[in-house]
Amino acid sequence: MPMRARISVLGVHAVLLAYTLLAILPILLVVMNSFKTRNAIFGSPLSPPNAETFSLIGYVSVLGKSNALVYLENSLIVTLGSMFLVLLLGAMAAWALTEYRFRGSTLLVLFMSIGIMVPIRLGSVAIVAMMLRLGLNDTLAALVLVYVAQGLPMSIFILSEFIQQIPKDLRDAARCDGVPETRIFFEVIAPLLRPAIATVAVFTMVPVWNDLWFPLILTSSDSTHTITLGVQHFVGQYTTDWNSVLSALSLAILPIVVIYIIFSRQLISGLTAGAVK
Amino acid sequence: MATLRIDKLNKSYGDAAILRDIDLSISEGEFVVLVGPSGCGKSTLLRMIAGLDGVTSGDIFIGERRVNNLEPAQRKIAMVFQSYALYPHMNVKKNMTFGLKFAGLAQPEMDRRVAEAARMLQLGPLLERRPRDLSGGQRQRVAIGRAIVREPDVFLFDEPLSNLDAALRVSTRVEIAKLHRLLGATMVYVTHDQIEAMTLADRIVVMNHGRIAQTGKPLDLYYHPANLFVAGFIGSPAMNFFSAKVHKKGAGAVTLSGPGVPAFDLRAASFAAPVGASVKIGVRPEHLGAEGPAGFRIAGAVELVERLGETSYAHVRAAEDVAFTAESRGRDAPKAGDRIILSAHDRDLHLFDEDGQRIAIE
Repeated sequence: MPMRARISVLGVHAVLLAYTLLAILPILLVVMNSFKTRNAIFGSPLSPPNAETFSLIGYVSVLGKSNALVYLENSLIVTLGSMFLVLLLGAMAAWALTEYRFRGSTLLVLFMSIGIMVPIRLGSVAIVAMMLRLGLNDTLAALVLVYVAQGLPMSIFILSEFIQQIPKDLRDAARCDGVPETRIFFEVIAPLLRPAIATVAVFTMVPVWNDLWFPLILTSSDSTHTITLGVQHFVGQYTTDWNSVLSALSLAILPIVVIYIIFSRQLISGLTAGAVK
Repeated sequence: MATLRIDKLNKSYGDAAILRDIDLSISEGEFVVLVGPSGCGKSTLLRMIAGLDGVTSGDIFIGERRVNNLEPAQRKIAMVFQSYALYPHMNVKKNMTFGLKFAGLAQPEMDRRVAEAARMLQLGPLLERRPRDLSGGQRQRVAIGRAIVREPDVFLFDEPLSNLDAALRVSTRVEIAKLHRLLGATMVYVTHDQIEAMTLADRIVVMNHGRIAQTGKPLDLYYHPANLFVAGFIGSPAMNFFSAKVHKKGAGAVTLSGPGVPAFDLRAASFAAPVGASVKIGVRPEHLGAEGPAGFRIAGAVELVERLGETSYAHVRAAEDVAFTAESRGRDAPKAGDRIILSAHDRDLHLFDEDGQRIAIE
């Protein structure tokens, strides 16, 4: 490799490395400090736990005395529930909007793209009022509904792009084969969308899991709080239980990482290899 | 097996007419090839027969049934696509049986059909493989197998060999011909390759600009093209055309001449075009031979010679804007720069009027 190319590669890696460090360091700090005593957290926040400072007190109090497990469960239900609905409805809508021409289909596509441009939080007040009227305030269903609305437009947009890349001949072949339209979607098209669906799943799930705003305005009782909201319980007006906050945050990272790993393994291209040509 | 009848079929997208007044009748077991340049509407016609594209006006009958409004699956057709269109996530066997499930076929019957198709197409060892693990030729055989197991009334092929390399194209072409003999099924085959058309077809339908230019047996099209388009399209290298005028019409002969074409007498008991009319004389490169005693004659300077082995093609210039191609066989082909004089037999001359229609000579 010529010298100049090598330098530019090194430069790129240096920039990426710096960015990675920047992104990972706070997380590392949280996880590290969650295993330390309260004094050690404030005494030397940047040092890893050693034999002297190691403590599980945060985890004991989070798992033992608080509702953290309920919060985690709520977060999982909301995240997986909205992810499932966004993927199912998004893929079906994307297929319908790219495959079929019907009265108002263009208008519908336009409507969906507005959903991408306008942040859903602008409608917060209306959403709260609506949920109250529907009797859904303080339920997980309210959260799921809001997140589905939030995630659908983008997922339809991304999946439509992928669907357009699937050869039209496949659908025609299935029609000649006598495969009903719904089965064409679920048994021919959907399996080919797997990488796209995994992408959309990751895009949908991370912001839902991390969201604080809608749990804050839509849930009020302890039994419906999600983990991001639940953590706030340890932050008091006068004292903050830093051990618990850090432990709860560390626990909150785990499930999303696991789900991410599962889906990222699906992010493989070349699934349509062999279909045509 | 069934007949296929197309009656005054039209297709248009908005103002753009894709197919205009197509009439075609295909008998049971016949192998019909639709040929034409890209955009002539041949694939659209096939897709309309399949039911993948809607009909603007006119009727399609398969057997006695009018199928205009039937779904593809109800038309008892099977289609083989240029891109194979195999389901990539299913193995060969599932590719073939996937559609049969929806036809309500029992498992033993499906197994029997797959086994039979596999035997015909030598797919036995491939049944458990995925499409991505197959070569192009194997994929196309699977696609044909998927059509066979449906036991359709009509087979539709949409340029099935276009994605294969030259050698495979020849062998698969032979296989399709054998298959047609074996199954005796009605087949409609779209291609832009005239060699496929000539070798496979019982009857060729030449299409141009959304209309049928001519329908006929392969050799009929070769020897008696109905118009300039068919004359130029069928045959390779393409037919040479020379402009000429009718000078004189006598008893039993007409005299023609034109730029680069010295006046000559053509024996004809009757000749449709009047004296003074412009005509086009068509001569195939393979029909231009050594100078004969009388009749059509042309002279020119050889500009380039393409040698293919046994045959050579000489590109000859007769006048400033009159050029033609001549075929010669054997070792003594002309060389570039040579002046040559060639002639053609009366029966190998094709004459067309100003509208490009064939002039009948008796």
